[in-house]
Amino acid sequence: MSFPRHLDVAAVRADFPALARTVRNDKPLVYLDSGATSQKPAGVLDAVRSAYERHNAAAHRGTHLLGEEATDLYEGARAKVAAFLNAGVSEVVFTKNATEAINLVAYALSNARLAPFRVGPGDEILITEMEHHANLVPWQQLCGRTGATLRWLEVTPEGRLDLDHLDSMITGRTRIVAVTHQSNVTGTIPPVAEITRAAHEKGALVLADAAQSVPHQPVDVAALGVDFLAFSAHKMLGPYGIGVLFGRAGLLEAMPPFLTGGSMIEVVRMEGSTFLPPPQRFEPGVPPIAEAAGLAAAVDYLNALGMSNVAAHEESLTAHALDALREIRGVSVLGPDTTKDRGGAVAFEVEGVHPHDVGQVLDEIGIAVRTGHHCAWPLHRALGVQASTRATFYVYNTHDEVAALADGIRYAQRFFGAG
Amino acid sequence: MTELSFGVDSANRGTTPGPPERDVMQLQSMYQDIILDHYRNPHHKGLRDPFDAEVHHVNPVCGDEVTLRVTLKDVSGEPVVEDVSYDSLGCSISQASASVMSDLVIGRPVGEAMAISQAFLELMQSRGVGSRDQPDEGLLEDAVAFAGVSKYPARIKCALLGWMAWKDATARAMEETR
Repeated sequence: MSFPRHLDVAAVRADFPALARTVRNDKPLVYLDSGATSQKPAGVLDAVRSAYERHNAAAHRGTHLLGEEATDLYEGARAKVAAFLNAGVSEVVFTKNATEAINLVAYALSNARLAPFRVGPGDEILITEMEHHANLVPWQQLCGRTGATLRWLEVTPEGRLDLDHLDSMITGRTRIVAVTHQSNVTGTIPPVAEITRAAHEKGALVLADAAQSVPHQPVDVAALGVDFLAFSAHKMLGPYGIGVLFGRAGLLEAMPPFLTGGSMIEVVRMEGSTFLPPPQRFEPGVPPIAEAAGLAAAVDYLNALGMSNVAAHEESLTAHALDALREIRGVSVLGPDTTKDRGGAVAFEVEGVHPHDVGQVLDEIGIAVRTGHHCAWPLHRALGVQASTRATFYVYNTHDEVAALADGIRYAQRFFGAG
Repeated sequence: MTELSFGVDSANRGTTPGPPERDVMQLQSMYQDIILDHYRNPHHKGLRDPFDAEVHHVNPVCGDEVTLRVTLKDVSGEPVVEDVSYDSLGCSISQASASVMSDLVIGRPVGEAMAISQAFLELMQSRGVGSRDQPDEGLLEDAVAFAGVSKYPARIKCALLGWMAWKDATARAMEETR
């Protein structure tokens, strides 16, 4: 079988030290868990190390050269991320990860005294059944703190969002619509631009959870039209401990802070304090300079590959996986069975073999997958599934690895006498 | 760490893991026949009445769950496990472990059953028992088959799910009957 070539995968693989190691039974590593966290190319690791070795100082303070260099690294990373998203530089807030970015918005809403952020009894927050717990629990908690009502869009049996009732689900009382931009289980890519238009017509804000989209497809925040967008560096070849909240400039300016302390203040008196403009208002404490440098290197790496090529490569792997899994009796894939509006997360059930057992057998032959509910318990419940096994693809995965996955599933079926 | 040539110089070479049957040894050390037998034909499964205490435990990592009931009786002043019944959803390890646990504790004085539970917990925390430290087969019986599971930290919770539910339910039943 031959497949179209969108990336020089051999060259890409050579950039990732982790892919050169062996795992159990001296097997080569077949890493199909990038949806949880990606592997890191040497360039990212070098950038982190070099930040500590050569430019280590607290950014935004200190009248010395190292401080200047650290500030340049940190602010340079911000500019790079802004360009990557087609956003303004002051619209990019660095957070710990996507989870913290979403919590930042949820807490800003409950801290706010003025529209459009103020949330109280009678107001509504709209989410979906498809969300990762990170874009679900913070909104439940917000409703608990403010007395607002949580509503949600349901999922169709095919794993798409049911948008038939979108117009009635977004009401004049809807304060914010929080929706995934790509499901971490079914790969579903909901029509976020369309949802955003509907929400804005009713005066509601929109937050997109882009943890699974920014690493895998070109994302243009201006084209999407969303008010907020959140993602983590570690899922896009970057380091742990840094993520991004994009917020539209006018909104961030009007938004109260979430975490407070040093670095985010303007004037502090014993009686009270005033705060810096965004993005600094939302970045208390000494910022993560090395992590930002690593994220900038990851953005450089992805830009060099081209995000359209990344998406096309993953689409080709996903199509192959959907075909290969369809051929195995007793295996059913959760979510859409074509690559239309679908990314490279392929979760599946193997009849008669529990996902933990499937994962264990795959691990034994060197294939790393995720098993369980993948932090999307309500989605599994909606699809009538207790748990699933999930393979996710990225720039370094090959068609041979997809074939190895299919072989491994057949092996698990034989081992447990199923299929 | 071994350096590998696979996939580094060619995306289309060497990434297939080869005939997997070659490497079943390790897998079989985990999935012993005893475990697979209990998984396929679990003992004492199904919820029964009457009972003294019922608990519901979940493994939040994978969503596996067990509902478990305990009935105690008084035998000359000593509490004895009269029955353990359960309903569960989960992997082969968690299902088989609940089955083996029910075999081991039913009919035993609570004190003895707790000692077995403690021995099983220690076995699970042993990261794979070495030759110097054999598990106590007299005490653990079929449960020694889970020694292989202890080499896989991610699966220890699976093996302990039923045991922890039993301990919790028994403690509650003791409170009830006190």
